[in-house]
Amino acid sequence: MLELKDLKASIGEKSIIKGLNLHIKSGEVHAIMGPNGSGKSTLANVLSGKNGYEISGSLKFEGQNLNEIPIDERAKKGIFLAFQYPIEIPGVNTSNFLKTSLNTIRKSKGEKNLDTIALLKLIKEKASELNINEKFLSRQLNVGFSGGEKKKNEILQMKLLEPKLAILDETDSGLDIDALRIVADGVNSYKSKKNSFLIITHYQRLLDYIKPDFVHVLSDGKIVKTGNSNLAQELEKTGYKNFN
Amino acid sequence: MSDKIIDTNKEYKYGFTTDIESFKAPKGLTEDTIKFISKEKKEPKWLLDWRLKAYKRLKSLKEPNWQKPKYPKIDYQDLYYYSAPKSVKDKPNSLDEVDPKLLETYKKLGIPLDEQKRLSGVAVDAVFDSVSVATTFKGELTKKGIIFCSISEAIQKHPDLVKKYLGSVIPLTDHYFATLNSAVFTDGSFVYIPPNVRCPMELSTYFRINASQTGQFERTLIIADKGSYVSYLEGCTAPMRDENQLHAANVELVALDDAEIKYSTVQNWYPGDEEGKGGIYNFVTKRGACRGKNSKISWTQVETGSAITWKYPSCILQGDNSVGEFYSIAITNNHQKADTGTKMIHLGKNTKSKIISKGISAGKADNTYRGLVDINKKATNSRNYTQCDSLLMGNKCGAHTVPYIKNKNSSSIIEHEATTSKINEEQLFYCNQRGLDQEEAISLIVNGFCKEVLQQLPMEFAVEAQKLVSISLEGSVG
Ligand SMILES: Nc1ncnc2c1ncn2[C@@H]1O[C@H](COP(=O)(O)OP(=O)(O)OP(=O)(O)O)[C@@H](O)[C@H]1O
Ligand SMILES: [Mg+2]
Repeated sequence: MLELKDLKASIGEKSIIKGLNLHIKSGEVHAIMGPNGSGKSTLANVLSGKNGYEISGSLKFEGQNLNEIPIDERAKKGIFLAFQYPIEIPGVNTSNFLKTSLNTIRKSKGEKNLDTIALLKLIKEKASELNINEKFLSRQLNVGFSGGEKKKNEILQMKLLEPKLAILDETDSGLDIDALRIVADGVNSYKSKKNSFLIITHYQRLLDYIKPDFVHVLSDGKIVKTGNSNLAQELEKTGYKNFN
Repeated sequence: MSDKIIDTNKEYKYGFTTDIESFKAPKGLTEDTIKFISKEKKEPKWLLDWRLKAYKRLKSLKEPNWQKPKYPKIDYQDLYYYSAPKSVKDKPNSLDEVDPKLLETYKKLGIPLDEQKRLSGVAVDAVFDSVSVATTFKGELTKKGIIFCSISEAIQKHPDLVKKYLGSVIPLTDHYFATLNSAVFTDGSFVYIPPNVRCPMELSTYFRINASQTGQFERTLIIADKGSYVSYLEGCTAPMRDENQLHAANVELVALDDAEIKYSTVQNWYPGDEEGKGGIYNFVTKRGACRGKNSKISWTQVETGSAITWKYPSCILQGDNSVGEFYSIAITNNHQKADTGTKMIHLGKNTKSKIISKGISAGKADNTYRGLVDINKKATNSRNYTQCDSLLMGNKCGAHTVPYIKNKNSSSIIEHEATTSKINEEQLFYCNQRGLDQEEAISLIVNGFCKEVLQQLPMEFAVEAQKLVSISLEGSVG
C-alpha cells in the first residue's frame, strides 16, 4: 500500500526527515514512536502532500508515485490524516463541513451523491458510535472544542471518509480514559484487511487497545529500530536514551 | 471609450447586453439635459427647480479626491444622462405589456417578473438604465397601504410624501456626487410603509445598466412610518465593456418612531477584466435617518463587483434610543478597488451603533475600510462597537483600515477592534486533506470569515450571496 524509499524532507536549511524507509502492506497496523521533534508530524505532513517541504526519495502509494500529486488528490486516493492539532475554522459549520468533505470523497470513489438528509443521518450515526454529542455538529468547526473533542472529531471524519491509509498523529494525546477506549474501539471496528494504519503515539497505552503489527522508532529523522509490539513496552520502560 | 463587449471574463455571467432600441437625452451635463429629463418624466415645476438648484450648486463644487482609489478624470460632457428602452417610453401599466425583451433580460438575470414565475415572497422593482420597467406584487402591497413603486411614479402619485422627504436626509448641497445625482437622477424605488404595518414580503429593486456611455443616477427613498417594519434588498449587474461606467446613486431612508428598516445590497456590477480594463465606478451616497425614538436602521452590504466601490452607508441616530447597524463584506480581486465603510452619527440619547466589516482582498486589489463614529455631546449613554477584519490572499493586494472616532461626552463608550490576516495555510491544508480542492477550500474559509454578515441577509438571498463570494475569488490563489 505505502512504500517509502530513502525519503528525505527539509524546510529551507533544516533537514527533518533524513532517509527513511518504510513499507506498509494492506491490513497492517504500524506504530511510530519517537522523541519530541524527531520528525513524526513532518512525516505525516509529507505523506499528505503538505506544501513547503523540499522532498527527495520515493514515495509510493498503491504503486503510484505521489510526489507530484496535490493534497486533495491524495485524500481522494484514500490517505487520511488525523491531525495532532486540528485547526479551528471559524464560521464554518461542522456538519456542513463533514457533508461537503464526505460527498467530495464519495464522488471521487464513484459512489453516489447523498442528499442532505441521508448525509446527516450517516453523520449522526457515526457520531453516536463515538459518543459525540449531536450539538457538536452544529458548532463551528473545532472552534472552542476541547483537546479531546477535537481528536474525537478527527476519528469521526476517518470513519465517515473510510480511507485506505489512516495516519493518526497522536490522536491519543489529550483523550481521557473512556474516550481513549471509544476511539480505539472506533479504530478497531474500522480495521480490515483492506486498510492500513500508521499510528503515531508517545504511549504504550493506546497500543494495548490497538495491537500494532510493527513498531518503529523514529529518531532524528530516521527509523532506528523496528520491532513488534514488545518494542513499545520496552520503550515505556527505558525511554529513548539507547537511540540517541 | 468604446463599446466593445469583452467575453474573456467567463466568471461574470451577467455580462451580456440586451439589444434594444433606446431613447436618449443628448450627451452632456447641461441645463437642457436636466430640463429634458424632467420633461420626460412629466415632473412638477418644484422638482425641476430643485434639480436646477442642485445643478447650480454643482458648478461650485469640486470632485473629491481624498479617497484611496484614484481614477482617470471623468468627462461629464461625454456621457448620456438619460437612456430608456423605447418600448418603455409610454410606460405600461401592467406586466403583460412589458417588452418581452426586457422580461427575457430579467429572466436571464434570475429575476423572473411574470406572474407565474416571479419570486415568491419578494416584490421586485426592475430598473433598466434610467427607468423602472416593472414592479411586481403591487396589488397585494396596496391592500396594506404600502406604496412600492418607482420614484418617477411616486412623484406623480404621491407628490406630498416625495416633497416632504426627498433631500431630507441627503441635502441638495451635500457633496459632489450627491449633488450631481440630485440634478440628474432618473429612476429608482420609492417605498412608504404606513404606521404599524409590518411589510409582509421582501421588497427589492434590481438595477441593470445596459446602454453604453451612460451614467446611471439612481434615486431611492424609503420611509418607514411609526411602528412599521420593512426589509429591502437591491441587486445590481451590468454588461462587460472595456469602458468605465458611472453609477452614482442617492439612497435616503427615514425611520420614524419605533420603525425599523433593514436595507441589504448585493452589488455585483461588472468589475472589469483581469487587467483592470472596464468596470463600473460605483460612487454611491446612502444615508438613513433614525428620526424617531426607538427607531432602527440596519445596512447590510455584499460588495463583490465594480472596478471602484466608493460608499459609506450611514446612519444619523437622531431619535433617543435609536439603533444603527452596518454589516459589510467587500471583496476585491484582480485590479478592483474599494473604499467603503460607514458613518454613525449619534445625536440622540442612549443611541447604539454596531459596525461589522469584512474586507477581502486578492490579486492586485486594494481594499480600504473607512468609518466615522461621531458621538455628540447630547448623545449621552451611547455606545458603538466596531469590528473590522481584513483577509489578504497573496501578497500583491492591500488592506487598510481608517477609523475616525469622535466621542464628545463621557458617558458614552466606543469600542474598536481590527484584525488583518493572510488566508491561513493550515486551514487550507486541513480542508485539502479532507478532499476539498483549493477553490472549494478558499470558498469555505472565506464564507466562514464572512458568516456574521452573510447571516444578516434575507434568507432568499443568502445562498446566492454565498455563491457570489466564492465566484468573486475564483482564480485568486495560484
Ligand atoms: N516549518 C518548520 N520550520 C522549521 N522547522 C520545523 C518546521 N516544522 C517542523 N520543524 C522542526 O522539525 C522537527 C520535527 O518536527 P515534528 O513536528 O515533525 O516533530 P514530532 O516528531 O512530530 O514532535 P512531537 O512529538 O513533539 O509532536 C522539529 O525540530 C521542528 O522544530
Ligand atoms: Mg508531532
